[in-house]
Amino acid sequence: MIAASPETPPVMDERLLKTSPLRKLMGRPELGSVVGAVAVFLFFAVFADSFLRASSLATVLYASSTIGIMAVPVALLMIGGEFDLSAGVMVTTSALVSSMFSYQMTANVWVGVGVSLLVTLAIGVFNGVMLTRTDPPSFIITLGTFLMLTGMNLGFTKLISGTVSTKSISDMEGFSSAKDVFASTLTIGGVDFKITILWWLALVAVATWILLRTRVGNWIYAVGGGEDAARAVGVPVNKTKIGLYMGVAFGAWISGQHLLFSFDVVQSGEGVGNELIYIIAAVIGGCLITGGYGSAAGAAIGALIFGMTSKGIVFAEWNPDWFKFFLGAMLLLATLLNAWVRKRAEATK
Amino acid sequence: MTETGTETAERTALVELDGVSKYYGNIRALEDVSLVVHAGEISCVLGDNGAGKSTLIKIIAGLHRHDSGSLRIEGDETKLANPRDALDRGIATVYQDLAVVPLMPVWRNFFLGSEPTRGSGPFKRMDVDLMRRTTHAELLRMGIDLRDVDQPIGTLSGGERQCVAIARAVHFGAKVLVLDEPTAALGVKQSGVVLKYVAAARDAGLGVVLITHNPHHAYLVGNRFVLLKRGTMFGSYARDEITLDELTRQMAGGSELDDLRHELENPPS
Repeated sequence: MIAASPETPPVMDERLLKTSPLRKLMGRPELGSVVGAVAVFLFFAVFADSFLRASSLATVLYASSTIGIMAVPVALLMIGGEFDLSAGVMVTTSALVSSMFSYQMTANVWVGVGVSLLVTLAIGVFNGVMLTRTDPPSFIITLGTFLMLTGMNLGFTKLISGTVSTKSISDMEGFSSAKDVFASTLTIGGVDFKITILWWLALVAVATWILLRTRVGNWIYAVGGGEDAARAVGVPVNKTKIGLYMGVAFGAWISGQHLLFSFDVVQSGEGVGNELIYIIAAVIGGCLITGGYGSAAGAAIGALIFGMTSKGIVFAEWNPDWFKFFLGAMLLLATLLNAWVRKRAEATK
Repeated sequence: MTETGTETAERTALVELDGVSKYYGNIRALEDVSLVVHAGEISCVLGDNGAGKSTLIKIIAGLHRHDSGSLRIEGDETKLANPRDALDRGIATVYQDLAVVPLMPVWRNFFLGSEPTRGSGPFKRMDVDLMRRTTHAELLRMGIDLRDVDQPIGTLSGGERQCVAIARAVHFGAKVLVLDEPTAALGVKQSGVVLKYVAAARDAGLGVVLITHNPHHAYLVGNRFVLLKRGTMFGSYARDEITLDELTRQMAGGSELDDLRHELENPPS
């Protein structure tokens, strides 16, 4: 068949200009974030004396990983054309469920971890099903979920524990092994690295694999870039979207368990506002707000920029108030760059 | 010129609509429309804006279900559940504007929804090499020599995008090709390219439904013509029953056009 046909030497069309490697590079979704990351790195390398120490870099990577674990699935969802405003508080919900279930049932903490996974995935399914069964934009649907979870986090915790935080579970069975998995520290060459960095990198690898090399990846790009076209050629649009929300829920589960096992107790009011940080990281990483374009690696680099900026300001001993300013400026730059990329991609339409 | 009429009447039609109607609430979108599609033939559906062409397509493509009348696919009466159902029965629809996802590379678009895979379990992956080569080869067959199948399909011209969509349907073994105004937004030369490819699909043994409001394009390739107006069918002809002039006249409004011409030729003094 066609598969056996010999590779014909490509004949250049005289109407097409040669594509320079630079121009090809500029077509990559990660480009803006890579340039930004290098700029931020150099900036703090110059202005913050302790920034280049190995221990400082490990701290930066840790901060980046806690954002990156969520930014990667959020980016996939955004490529699929949707938002999840409940992502921030879902992390707290996941941690609360895990902690309270183990404590109340006096069970091995791994039971709580398992129950938490099921509950969190169920929230993801709820978001996805609500979105695909009804008409309003995901912005509104997940805003509803966000408010409901925020209320439930506080309400249930007060109801069960009597305070706004959970009881300590550090003396319970299975705690140390769970801590090893979700919140341990690895010492490499005398430098302490948090295990979340591995989770982060693993998620980036899996997400990149899915996006670039699997059918589902093709569907994710398609439902975000042209939902009607995708549906018309038989792509399971609804299942793809529900799956993407479950991906975000899975990230929230990992983050939530990390939160629980590194601090032992969980504050029920945490997580509000983080959903925007994940979205910003994804956008800085080159994801189009309108969907259909972006990459997992870009989102990871977006998270890295976050980590470097938040910690770099501390290392430079500046007022941390400036963090938000940097963030806003970077978001604007990234959005302008994205708009330009999209224009270019659709230029000769 | 292909022979039509008597000899095809005995064969089972690939798709046959008989007295099909569709209502949206209290709006009559389509009423009592009949259409036959045979293998190796092109059935044209002509009509002005709002004539019900889109509704007709959506019924054949499985996006909407008809309210009355019958839809037979290779003799079996059926109602299509969804677009996937239609595709599985060999009906591929190429829409005017939503045939492709503009930001995705050509090769990803070509195989969208039917991606070939290799490996199994967690390592099951798209056969990217095969996809790239097949896309290039299939497009070359229809005279589009793409320098780079990785370019976003949005960067192709309208005619090229139509051809990619048609090539895709043919490649995936469609028996019936439904084309929604494939030449509507195209220039003369590009329309010619697309029509040539439509004819090539017909010669390959596919049944084609060509939706258009251009009688000249329809008459170039069509074997039968169904004319729609305000949701109803006001004419159905085999090729030997009608001339291009008559077809054009009917499309343009028939006797209304005569009146108009009369008025324009003899301005009241």
